[in-house]
Amino acid sequence: MNNSHKIIHWFKYASPQSFYPLAGKLIPWFWALAAVFAGIGLWITFFAAPTDAQQGEGYRIIFIHVPAAWMSMFIYMVMAAWAGLGLALNTRLSGMMAQALAPTGAIMAFLSLWTGALWGKPMWGAWWVWDARLTSALILFFLYIGFIALQAAIDDPRRADKAGAILALVGVVNVPIIYFSVKWWNTLHQGASVSLMKAPTMAATMLWGMLIMSLAFWMYSIAVALTRVRAIILEREAHTEWVKELAEVKGVTP
Amino acid sequence: MNWESPAAFFAMGGYALYVWGSFGACAILLIMEPMLAVKRRTSILRSLRRERLAETLENP
Repeated sequence: MNNSHKIIHWFKYASPQSFYPLAGKLIPWFWALAAVFAGIGLWITFFAAPTDAQQGEGYRIIFIHVPAAWMSMFIYMVMAAWAGLGLALNTRLSGMMAQALAPTGAIMAFLSLWTGALWGKPMWGAWWVWDARLTSALILFFLYIGFIALQAAIDDPRRADKAGAILALVGVVNVPIIYFSVKWWNTLHQGASVSLMKAPTMAATMLWGMLIMSLAFWMYSIAVALTRVRAIILEREAHTEWVKELAEVKGVTP
Repeated sequence: MNWESPAAFFAMGGYALYVWGSFGACAILLIMEPMLAVKRRTSILRSLRRERLAETLENP
């Protein structure tokens, strides 16, 4: 009995109508957390973390390069999971969540490439090399762009969701390729500095800085995706009664 | 604190272009993206309000 009650509870928030106000309540909290973590993370990045023996001050790029790269892969997995859920259960919110996550993921993928190029130039002597890690990360960026473009090309949102979901699910194969590329192929890119299997190969201050910056990126991504999903819900549900009855549509309160 | 002066901080030990190019791009994108997301919601809300107004004018 208790269990079935819980299931009903979760399905309740799977409808756009009840998710819309919930997201609205959660957004300010995620912005606040993002700001706090970014503040602490940037302080560690520029003031607490010592100069690197080999790379001087140039290594400080790591504090945004690694979180952006992690988020680009993680958001892709979450986006594909939502898309797959939508394909399997035909729930309306799933496709909207996948659509809301794609631009944020694309920005993270772009930032990982951009900061990587700016780090590669002084340390390797090249902005770009066609190496396994860099190439698979570039493919991830193209997968996001492809997902966004494919959805934009199909007028019917439900059909756009389905086509996008298939692309997203096929593209999942690229994520382990990116992650393990530094092990599977000889590459210029350094191996993982942080791994669940073994002790990290870096100083504690740097590790903390990276983890806190990652939390900041994480909170940011949730906040911005929830903001965007609220816009998407309104766009797609524009002709439903509940949207017409919303206070912000009726103009009772701004 | 490991900086002797503000100038040393901005010089980043000779890596200013790379460090500030990275953090600058990051700041620009992560400020613009939420602004665009908020704008997307306000623009759909505006059109919904306009539609509602049109409906009330048609059927008073």
